[in-house]
Amino acid sequence: MIKFLFKGLIRDKSRSLLPIIVVAIGVMMTVFMQAYMHGVFYDSIESAARFTSGHVKVVTNAYKENLSQMPNDYAMTDIGGVLEQLNAALPDMEWTDRIMFGGLLDAPDSMGTTRAQGNVGGAGIHLLGTEDEIIRMDLKSKLISGRFPEKSGELLITNELFKKMKLQLGDPVTLISSTMYGDMAMYNFTVCGTLHFGVSAIDKGMIYADMEDVRMALNMEDAAGEILGFFKDAPYENDKAHAVADQFNAENTDEADVFSLTMMPMSMTNGMDFMITYAENAQLIVILIFVFAMSIVLWNAGLLGGLRRYGEFGLRLAIGENKHETYRSLVGEAVLVGLVGSVIGIAFGLFFAYLIQEHGIDAGDIIKDSTIMMPTVFRAQINTTTYYIGFIPGILSTVIGAMLAGIGIYKRQTANLFKELQA
Amino acid sequence: MKTIVDVKSLTKNFPVGAGFFTALKDVSLQFNEGEFAGLVGPSGSGKTTLLNIIGSLDVPSKGEVVVLQRSVGKLSPKEAAKLRKEELGFIFQSYNLLPVYTVFENVEFPLLLLNMTAEERKERVMETLKWVGLTDKVKSRPAQLSGGECQRVAIARAMVKRPVLVLADEPTANLDSKNSHNILQTMLKLNEELKTSFVFATHDEKVISYLKRIIRLEDGKVVADELIAKPSK
Repeated sequence: MIKFLFKGLIRDKSRSLLPIIVVAIGVMMTVFMQAYMHGVFYDSIESAARFTSGHVKVVTNAYKENLSQMPNDYAMTDIGGVLEQLNAALPDMEWTDRIMFGGLLDAPDSMGTTRAQGNVGGAGIHLLGTEDEIIRMDLKSKLISGRFPEKSGELLITNELFKKMKLQLGDPVTLISSTMYGDMAMYNFTVCGTLHFGVSAIDKGMIYADMEDVRMALNMEDAAGEILGFFKDAPYENDKAHAVADQFNAENTDEADVFSLTMMPMSMTNGMDFMITYAENAQLIVILIFVFAMSIVLWNAGLLGGLRRYGEFGLRLAIGENKHETYRSLVGEAVLVGLVGSVIGIAFGLFFAYLIQEHGIDAGDIIKDSTIMMPTVFRAQINTTTYYIGFIPGILSTVIGAMLAGIGIYKRQTANLFKELQA
Repeated sequence: MKTIVDVKSLTKNFPVGAGFFTALKDVSLQFNEGEFAGLVGPSGSGKTTLLNIIGSLDVPSKGEVVVLQRSVGKLSPKEAAKLRKEELGFIFQSYNLLPVYTVFENVEFPLLLLNMTAEERKERVMETLKWVGLTDKVKSRPAQLSGGECQRVAIARAMVKRPVLVLADEPTANLDSKNSHNILQTMLKLNEELKTSFVFATHDEKVISYLKRIIRLEDGKVVADELIAKPSK
């Protein structure tokens, strides 16, 4: 009997091929949309991770307590040793040290007296001899004029501050700040390039200099305020980051020692907890709405497929098939159609998602004047959910549609089903 | 002769709006084994309704219909399906063949429900197709057949399980005169050779000319029930 019904299913294109195409298209769209939404939301999080928090961040206990103030008097020392230790313990991660600081930027006139001054936030990052940080922070797309530092003593400055202080490329500027020991620090730089991030808080006054220059300026030899860790070639995963941090802290953190090292996952730094939760929930809501919409479409397809066959059911009942058998075969067909359609849809969805994951959609020209810091290339991101989410509308909705249509088999008198056959 | 259908004071109502339409009013009848009988009357006289109830596709509103010692109104859906599967055959006005299956497969379908082996099924189907003269069309699909051939396939499908009773609702309505006579002769032959009982619902004179018993219905009532000693055909 199963073979007989299967034969009918295969031969009747309106019962097999057409519904499979409908299911596959619906599932493909669902899978692609899930991967795309996941990619877009997590690109925003990745962007924040690259700029400020890393996937995990290592600081001292005391630094952590006053994280928002960037207290370099509680910075880590023997940074070479710490990085060596981290690379050995967690080889699957990339590590980079940074110094965040605040200060006053002074622009002198030709006589050496102050021409303009501005409050600045600053970051010491590795800019000389390596492009790792430039690539990680996507600074190339943010460089408005000039170039990146090529030698010691050169500085990048945000374009807004650059204009406000009426600076020219090549102008000397003096950073006035405090050393990690609390003394006053003054250090001369030459402006070599300007940056625009599209975020007013940053654009108002931010400078970037090479790590060694900042160490020199703030008297932080072999020291750094923060070490940022990134999963190699992988996006941020909250559970994984927590697990890494918990293990590191269990082995290295002494709560009683203010200079003891502690690791924080991204979600525990700079209010990122809210952003990650928001991203996850917003993504979930958008995907649920889409899955729901697709489910209604496929449910209807299943329903119409079933209703169209009431006459055939009437005939089968007249010949002697009982209602349970008819109903079971209808649902069985829906499972088969849903399964085949889902597998095809998921395969195509994954293929298109993979293309967008690898090549991305370059929206650089569209968002060049954007006031939100976001990646210029939107990418999909395939995760575990991408592999199974298509089965929800694909199988579940198709089967529910068929089941609802099949209720008519029970509710209607056999003779009425039969009349539909005669009609 | 053994009674196979006993209709006792049968009334059938259908809900229409707030009230009811009475399709059959206090009908009493009996059909015996080997009959070639017809329910004859104009449209709306209750022929198909009576045929549906005898075929356990519908249930009486009042009275009782006993088919092969089973009271139709008291059968569970599963028992009714069993009765249709094992004992009854249906032939319809519009053939109602499953279009995606071949002639062989259409005729084979009732046997699948009876869980017969593939060999038994093949033997039985081929034998039945021989009766109706369609052994050369086993692999054809319904769309490739003429109306007369389609109705012969439908007869084969009804006969393949060797039913005690075949119920035929306007079986010649879509056929021309020549095909109608062919079909009726085939059914008459099966009736005489296999002793299968046939009950028709019809108002076609061609069918009536073959009947050995004519039951006339008007407005849901039996107005005449006559045995034909020598049918005109």
